[in-house]
Amino acid sequence: MDLFWSSLGPMLLGAAKGTIPLALASFAIGLVLALLVAMLRISRNRIAGAVGRFYVSVIRGTPLLVQLFVIFYGLPAVGVKLDPWPSAIIAFSLNVGGYAAEVIRAAILSVPQGQWEAGHMIGMSRGQTLLRIILPQAARVSVPPLSNTFISLVKDTSLASLILVTEMFRVAQQVAAFSQEFMLLYLEAALIYWVICLVLSTAQTQLEKRLDRYVAH
Amino acid sequence: MSPTDATVGPAVLQVRGLNKSFGANAVLRGIDLDVPRGKVVALIGPSGSGKTTILRSLNGLEMPDAGSVTVGARGATAGSEPAGAGGSGVVPQLPALSLDFDAKVTPKEIAALRDRSAMVFQHYNLFPHMTVLQNVIEGPVHVQKRPRTEAVAEADKLLDRVGLLEKKDAYPFELSGGQAQRVGIVRALALKPQLLLFDEPTSALDPELVDDVLAVIKELADEGWTMVIVTHELAFARQTADEVVFMDGGVVVERGPASQVLRNPREERTQQFVRRLLHEI
Repeated sequence: MDLFWSSLGPMLLGAAKGTIPLALASFAIGLVLALLVAMLRISRNRIAGAVGRFYVSVIRGTPLLVQLFVIFYGLPAVGVKLDPWPSAIIAFSLNVGGYAAEVIRAAILSVPQGQWEAGHMIGMSRGQTLLRIILPQAARVSVPPLSNTFISLVKDTSLASLILVTEMFRVAQQVAAFSQEFMLLYLEAALIYWVICLVLSTAQTQLEKRLDRYVAH
Repeated sequence: MSPTDATVGPAVLQVRGLNKSFGANAVLRGIDLDVPRGKVVALIGPSGSGKTTILRSLNGLEMPDAGSVTVGARGATAGSEPAGAGGSGVVPQLPALSLDFDAKVTPKEIAALRDRSAMVFQHYNLFPHMTVLQNVIEGPVHVQKRPRTEAVAEADKLLDRVGLLEKKDAYPFELSGGQAQRVGIVRALALKPQLLLFDEPTSALDPELVDDVLAVIKELADEGWTMVIVTHELAFARQTADEVVFMDGGVVVERGPASQVLRNPREERTQQFVRRLLHEI
């Protein structure tokens, strides 16, 4: 049990300096990317739509671990050498972008057509209607699925240990290799992921409540 | 020739030869329509007759294939605005706008059309994530870039008129259908349009809520707003409209003063339609 407590500090530090910032940064960048891709997907331009579909298809159709390895171990072959952290952030952002794009696209399409028309009627352009009328309503619908994406991302950051990012799971692996207490340390890692995800679930519930204030119950 | 061609006052709205097809289905086939300043025209007809498509074309929500739409009187002298419009003579004088759908219509032209006309929707289409007040001032503040305090003061006045001032901080889901539609009307008025468009404004309402909304529209008509109303309420059309236009199959079958078209229609199709609708009541 001593090992549990003595390893807890370094592992929490790994979460605070690795797992959490990696997840937050990737999610933020990924959401922006997802919004852009969703716009491509719903645009009337066929080429734009095809580009968006292709991107989503590639991201969803290949393993995240392979994407990570291509960026970190593969790209140097064509002269692009990236450090572990940028590699991880790029890979995770691209990944979130692919999955969240579909969520956002579906959420935008779930807003009734009459809302676009009312926006146009009061004189708004397509972009203005999207920003002020459609997205605020789409946000409410997309919180549960986007929360899923975020929670998956938090856990997926453990894959970054394989490209040498010192996040929490890499700390666990190092301590386990040194002490040979695999069961204890990996369960400990699992416990910390679980606690983080519990906190996120609670935050999701709060956010949903806030966004539900204008909906009849 | 439409009867309005001979009547007084420059037309605020002039529609010529409007055509629109959805695929192989021709919904508008050569529509002419004139609405003189301060007059109310009611479009009636069976569903699928094209009346809603006309209305939506007048707000750029539908793009006709051919024809033209002119809003604003050509040759009208500045200051000839009726005092009634807007209640305080506040309808801004925009130059006349002519859209020719035979050529390519630009987004800018559509925007200009929307500066001049405002629509009240059958299903209200209020913004559910905004309060009543926010719904009303959204266009004035964020599109027309008018000062917020001024927009709020005007919105308060308009909401008070329709008896909804105490609901200004409510969200749309907290309103009855009749209240929501009155907010829809106020939202349109707040844009200070030259032309008000109503798309079956009471069709989605419970019967007991219809009268409140119709009373507001009647008041606006009496005040001198220029309006085009698509409606199934024949009694209301008779009381409110200066002219009734009966459409069927994408063409105007008959038009004339409300009392004539609704009481003594000349065309057989109009007679059938009016008779059937009166029997339903």
